[in-house]
Amino acid sequence: MALRSASTQLLGRAGLLPAAVCNAFHRCMSTSDKFSVEVLPFKAHRIEPPNNVVETSIDELVGMYELMYKMRRMEIAADMMYKAKLIRGFCHLYDGQEAVMTGIEAALTKEDAVITSYRDHCQHLSRGGTVKEVMAELMGKRDGASKGLGGSMHMYNRQANFYGGNGIVGAQIPLGAGLAFALKYQKKPNVAIAMYGDGAANQGQKYEALNMAGLWNLPVIFVCENNHYGMGTAEWRAAKSSTFYTRGDYIPGLKVDGMDVLAVKKSMEFAKAYALEHGPIIMEMDTYRYHGHSMSDPGSTYRTRDEISTMRQERDPVERVRKLLLAKGYDAAAIKAMEKSVKKEVDTAVEEGKAAATPPNEWLWRNVYVAPANMDMRTVEGTYVQPTYDPTYSS
Amino acid sequence: MDSNDKALVFGEDVAFGGVFRCTVGLLERYGRRCFNTPLCEQGIVGFGIGLATQGYTPIAEIQFADYIYPAFDQLVNEAAKYRYRSGGTFTAGGLTVRAPYGAVGHGGHYHSQSVESFFTHVPGLKVVVPSSPAQAKGLLLSCIQDPDPCIFFEPKMLYRTSVEEVPVGEYTIPLGQAQVLREGADITLIGWGAQVHVLAQAAQAVADADGISCEVLDLRTLLPWDVQAVTASVNKTGRLLVSHEAPLSSGFGAELVAEVSRRCFLRLEAPPVRVCGADTPFPLVFEPLYLPGVERVVDAIRATVRF
Repeated sequence: MALRSASTQLLGRAGLLPAAVCNAFHRCMSTSDKFSVEVLPFKAHRIEPPNNVVETSIDELVGMYELMYKMRRMEIAADMMYKAKLIRGFCHLYDGQEAVMTGIEAALTKEDAVITSYRDHCQHLSRGGTVKEVMAELMGKRDGASKGLGGSMHMYNRQANFYGGNGIVGAQIPLGAGLAFALKYQKKPNVAIAMYGDGAANQGQKYEALNMAGLWNLPVIFVCENNHYGMGTAEWRAAKSSTFYTRGDYIPGLKVDGMDVLAVKKSMEFAKAYALEHGPIIMEMDTYRYHGHSMSDPGSTYRTRDEISTMRQERDPVERVRKLLLAKGYDAAAIKAMEKSVKKEVDTAVEEGKAAATPPNEWLWRNVYVAPANMDMRTVEGTYVQPTYDPTYSS
Repeated sequence: MDSNDKALVFGEDVAFGGVFRCTVGLLERYGRRCFNTPLCEQGIVGFGIGLATQGYTPIAEIQFADYIYPAFDQLVNEAAKYRYRSGGTFTAGGLTVRAPYGAVGHGGHYHSQSVESFFTHVPGLKVVVPSSPAQAKGLLLSCIQDPDPCIFFEPKMLYRTSVEEVPVGEYTIPLGQAQVLREGADITLIGWGAQVHVLAQAAQAVADADGISCEVLDLRTLLPWDVQAVTASVNKTGRLLVSHEAPLSSGFGAELVAEVSRRCFLRLEAPPVRVCGADTPFPLVFEPLYLPGVERVVDAIRATVRF
């Protein structure tokens, strides 16, 4: 599936991207040729795991790299905008975890449904959204993904079956089971991905959802993004069993190196095939977030700076793909060109977000079912208006 | 915690001091009696009820009132009804649930909600809301010692902004008693929590600009509420304005207005009015528009006085 953005494709068509890569031994292959990469073996619970050899191609890796690099730069820009107080409220960043969503997208189509928690900026991006929509939404502008009305935690995409963006921890898990039920009912060859974290794994509603999914053989893949800390609490302090992939009991599970996008892709391809045929499966993605839980959390009071920097040096998901591309002979200059183009896109999105307009006050009353009684809205001039209840956002 | 060795403090992240630093130092002083729970509100409250029936004094924290709903069943069906359904054999009275509530400027949909009216509808619970640090200490200690399960909503906006002298040592403020913050003759303004300060500002504004004399009541306990104080005040002024951040429809103001209308009907000079949050989910960017700010209260005071 195409992960490459329009800008990369343009560069390719203009002949500026290498169509072939040549390694040190001068053996050249085309960028669409497949080659194999070994990943960390999967740990399995009640299922035979797939082998740990993943087929990929330069083209695919380039697409993945671009998406992951874009996610990374976008989250860093969000961090800077938050510190500049252009973004307010709550902001939960995904940098470090890029490989999980990118790998998932590599195995899915937009007909598969995705639902996740509040750490959703990159999901919005991978499901077809733009950096501009994310930035504008974070700044509360009307050009944002949810017209500025949802904020950081509530981004959606109907065409790409992305159901958000949920603030309450764990609430999205039973919703994911429901999405899967609908897909199965409509006999679609698609799965629902319900993403949650290690903190949410201790919520009661997760087990209710697991039971229903198991009972009715729903094609749902429960993806636990285990970044090892539920806010400030380490996984072993909150959970009796932190082997999250086994906590489905009768539901099989796989543990995957979540910092390796190819491992994620392989495991998700396997999971989708399994879910369509048999029913639910749990995927534990062993991943890490560089930032704290949110922008209000420095992220260093409950873990050491050594731990964070070691992760960056040894297991950074974006670096890993970059190194792989270079090792396969991909032109470093082409990577730089792509990075430059992504940086420009992010910077432009930030500037456009800053310049964009805030939602008009009348939108406070949109998408509310019944005209509230007695509620005249006071304008800043001191007059009162009866709000209109237009369910579209035409103005 | 000193005087009662069966007092326990638990909830999400309370051991390091809590996300609002309310429980700082408790772990160091009381060790195992202050502990973290996993992320499971229903479990936290149910667990607390079980402890309470054994005679313990669990003080459970729900990290934000917006997250209290998974525990709603436990509070309504278990805590509130234990004494009643067992004919007095058991009680969950030792339980106190604390939760930060209310607008904070940037909280959005899930860090700003006012949920008190869901619980004022439940016989068997007590609902208490302080409006300042000194009130918070006295009221919380009363809740902890109270023989019934209490829910204590702390206005999170005031954690940092409200500063006052708090008496050292133990003292309690009785539950079920309102406090008159400002005496007046023309209209009674009733609120709780952070909204009390909005009412105080509005009262000063109309005193300065229009010479209207407002009596401001801090309700403090919502369930059971101080009927005597409220009716005495309305009988004095003849006008009532209730204000809360929670949405207008079925907010606790509705109960106050209904009861006052019945008891003070012949004394009322104008229809009682409610100045509240809009009937929408708590918005993100529209917060200043949504909240019942000083301007809206002032407009409503003037309209009521001139009725």
